[in-house]
Amino acid sequence: MTEPMYRAHVAVCAGTWCKALDEADLAEAMLAEISRRGLAEEVRVVRTGCRGFCSVGPVAVIYPEGIFYCRVGMPDIAEIVEETLVKGRIVHRLLYAEPETQRRLPRYEEIPFYSKQVRIALRNCGVINPDLIEEYIARGGYEALGKALTTMTPEQVIDAVKQSGLRGRGGAGFPTGLKWEFTRKAPGDIKYLICNADEGDPGAFMDRSILEGDPHSVLEGMAIAAYAIGAREGYIYCRAEYPLAVQRLKAAIAQAKEYGLLGERILGTDFSFDLRVKEGAGAFVCGEETALIASIEGRRGEPRPRPPFPAVSGLWGKPTNINNVETWANVPPILSQGPEWFASIGTERSKGTKVFALSG
Amino acid sequence: MSETRTLRSLDDLRRLREEAHREIRVREATGTKIIVGMGTCGIAAGAREVMRAVMDELAARNIEAHVTTVGCIGMCAQEPLVDIVQAGASRITYGKVKPEMVPRIIAEHLVQGQPVEEWVVGQTTSF
Repeated sequence: MTEPMYRAHVAVCAGTWCKALDEADLAEAMLAEISRRGLAEEVRVVRTGCRGFCSVGPVAVIYPEGIFYCRVGMPDIAEIVEETLVKGRIVHRLLYAEPETQRRLPRYEEIPFYSKQVRIALRNCGVINPDLIEEYIARGGYEALGKALTTMTPEQVIDAVKQSGLRGRGGAGFPTGLKWEFTRKAPGDIKYLICNADEGDPGAFMDRSILEGDPHSVLEGMAIAAYAIGAREGYIYCRAEYPLAVQRLKAAIAQAKEYGLLGERILGTDFSFDLRVKEGAGAFVCGEETALIASIEGRRGEPRPRPPFPAVSGLWGKPTNINNVETWANVPPILSQGPEWFASIGTERSKGTKVFALSG
Repeated sequence: MSETRTLRSLDDLRRLREEAHREIRVREATGTKIIVGMGTCGIAAGAREVMRAVMDELAARNIEAHVTTVGCIGMCAQEPLVDIVQAGASRITYGKVKPEMVPRIIAEHLVQGQPVEEWVVGQTTSF
């Protein structure tokens, strides 16, 4: 391989908020300055998804040290390259200052906002380039799908999700494994999966962070469920007001198909599953599952009374399993690290972690 | 093109993972750090060429280690200086390092765990 080995990576946030603050293109400018200083073969610029600390954005992290720079602007770029990348020194004025003490904290692991977090659904957000499936795979991505397809029966997958105690992250908190079981047991040959990515509550951006920062975690979670439930087709219903999320999802699906991780005979097994993105029609009510299904079918997005629940009669009248983005993103780690591990985190009645969005 | 990229088994996926992981290692924790002095003195004495040699050798041997740069530490007469820091071991400093010395340092110090005593100019127990 002739691929150069880079000694440093500059991770520049390319989430919606940091991009909005970023008057030009920081990553592009960083790359230009790095090339100008003759470091292009040593230092790589990586565009990542959101790291969650948008209030101090645009943020950039220099690896391997993990130096966290806040509110980075165009005038700071030459100094970051000169001081940190050429001379190995920290630009103190760009570091995060602890609000009470004004003490500067150089590494992001030292910042309480990060050090107190356990990240499961957000495990890759801000760390990988969401447009490169190889970076997701490098972090163990699609291993859980491979494990499910080659070593587990569909029933065992459902049992694992039940044991983990995962509950729906869309708000209602219904036990995910049980929902999968209902859909699996519902009569019918054709079954569907839907990802509810119509995050419409004002100020909420939990799902957007995952979709923009780690779209493959959602794809992999859905593929695992498709195997468990017996579905061959799925839809991601994503609000059209999330153009970056739609774009990254579509790119992720195309890359997964190229590697045979979606489509026919996944990883050489008999299992096939295909996914497509349906953009929302801009109505808040379409986040409700029956209205969402109507919208995919091309009808007016109006809720209907339940029962029947989608698990029995959903999309095109077929058994359909709907989960939200964050729920799907939790599935691969449950299989790769085990349901006991997941169940050891969280509260008595609600296992795992929950992503929160604070705004205003 | 797409035919050749298709993964046909879990083993295919694992091979790709191993290869892809080399590309993101810089972003993950590792127990070994190689520090190259990049003050004006170091650069003038050839530190950049030494650092390239370190990176090439690590890549060739597929060794998990981070390469970082620091400014002048005051021992300019001994530049280029290369420090090796390993978890649970003292920090070893090599002086007047030339690119051709790098393979032996990496083979003996990192792979076999034996610092090349004759080239060591300093040793500190705490970082």
